[in-house]
Amino acid sequence: MKAIRDALGSASASSGRFLWGANTSVSLSDLRIGSSLGGRLRELAGRSVLVATRDQLSAALALIELDGVAHRLVICPPDLSSDHLPAVIHKAGVEAIVSDRDLDDQGSLGGRLHVDCSVALTQADRAQVDRRATEWVLLTSGTTGAPKMLVHSFAALTASIKGGQNQGAEVVWGTFYDIRRYGGLQIFLRAVLGHGSLVLSSADESSEDYLSRLRAHAATHISGTPSHWRRALMSPSARAIAPHYVRLSGEIADQAILNTLRSFYPQAAIGHAYASTEAGVGFEVTDGLEGFPASLVGAGGEVELKVEGGSLRIRSPRTALGYVGEGRSALMDAEGFVDTDDIVEPRGDRYYFLGRRSGIINVGGLKVYPEEVEAVINRHPSVRMSLVRPRRSPITGSLVVADVVLNGEPEPDFKREILRLCHESLATHKIPATIRFVPTLDVAAAGKLARQHA
Amino acid sequence: MQISEERRSIKATVIWQINQIAEEERKTLPPLADDLVLLDSGLDSLAIAVLVARLEETLGLDPFTESDDIAYPVTLGAFIRFYQDAAGSK
Repeated sequence: MKAIRDALGSASASSGRFLWGANTSVSLSDLRIGSSLGGRLRELAGRSVLVATRDQLSAALALIELDGVAHRLVICPPDLSSDHLPAVIHKAGVEAIVSDRDLDDQGSLGGRLHVDCSVALTQADRAQVDRRATEWVLLTSGTTGAPKMLVHSFAALTASIKGGQNQGAEVVWGTFYDIRRYGGLQIFLRAVLGHGSLVLSSADESSEDYLSRLRAHAATHISGTPSHWRRALMSPSARAIAPHYVRLSGEIADQAILNTLRSFYPQAAIGHAYASTEAGVGFEVTDGLEGFPASLVGAGGEVELKVEGGSLRIRSPRTALGYVGEGRSALMDAEGFVDTDDIVEPRGDRYYFLGRRSGIINVGGLKVYPEEVEAVINRHPSVRMSLVRPRRSPITGSLVVADVVLNGEPEPDFKREILRLCHESLATHKIPATIRFVPTLDVAAAGKLARQHA
Repeated sequence: MQISEERRSIKATVIWQINQIAEEERKTLPPLADDLVLLDSGLDSLAIAVLVARLEETLGLDPFTESDDIAYPVTLGAFIRFYQDAAGSK
């Protein structure tokens, strides 16, 4: 059983590899002999450990040290509300907390072992620590209510990472995603288990500053949600980076963002991955087109797809084991398929994502998935991004309306042109009743467009 | 009877928005006379819902939601009066 540290290999193999934070960096070869936990690793062995750091680099170091040592790692995303923290700690049976900040002001943590985590490494002796397979617990990015906690095995988390592919020593990864969420964690694991380095973003820095650091470290492989990318492409520094590989995941990649990335980065391979905390990494689409080939459904293989009740369902060794404290049946059907709640529609030889089941807008009894409408609006060359939301109507119950961010100043014909695009490709009830031009749209901490449905 | 400037302008806005929606939906409408029955105009209930939403945006009025006791206007003339009266009672 291999843990992350084992993959760092010999001193020579890990030399020249770094984790770069916004303010400081750590050499992976130093991590072979140093500790971010002040030599207290042994106290955490076999325990259920909550990693709740402010800084992403501290979290990265703690995860590397604790994998294969802790019984369970509960990874606290940066935006977890302190209101939810006591319930997370209780449900996940947390016995110890690793943090880079003073948590004394939160009484609910009292009595549990607290270990400081620092990006300043100290010498540490690891010889006497027992080894075990660590369970990883990831929190979903639900916009309302308590987050769901999903248990993954390390084998499941890393099952989609193939040796050889994107793994050269010259690979420098970047992720707009925080590594404490599933999408970002995939990038972190690709970087540390391969032979590359990783440039971590920071919640305190603008996309402009992060892009500058990506350029400074000559990042080659960069990942983010379509919303992250739309925002990044608004930055003057977007043309200063020259990635070989651009990855999108976490939201529907529409044709407009794929085309825009293609024109910004003609030299890059551009892929959109389908992944979720529950279902794991499903597949990656690399043909430059939105949606995915229908041939993937029912094809068998390591990742099996089926469509039932309109939604995509996945069975694979990469899915989570289950929710914390619940059986497998809460997560998957009797055959082991996880319902992603992402609604797909076959058209020709491809499937297209319509949106989340929970995001449906009901217009006079007819369903509208906001994402489907946004994808059409985003085709207008002057549209940067859009949000389609419900608006109450005394006649039809709801209507759809659109908030649109433009690349530049609005021109008198834009609304008419956008509506024409919608009329050409959408049923009438899906066409926005009104279009409003707004300066920005909220992107939630998880990098996804902030939607207000329950 | 004297028609106030405000009532005239509301009528013009309603007519303009109806024509706009018809153009977007590529529909040809009959002459927009006061006694035209709305649902015979070629605009379906969805189009009327869109009209109401746009009128709220341009006029700041939604008499359907603001009034507790709605008698749904059947003719175009009644529809326009509905908005004119709502504006007058503001």
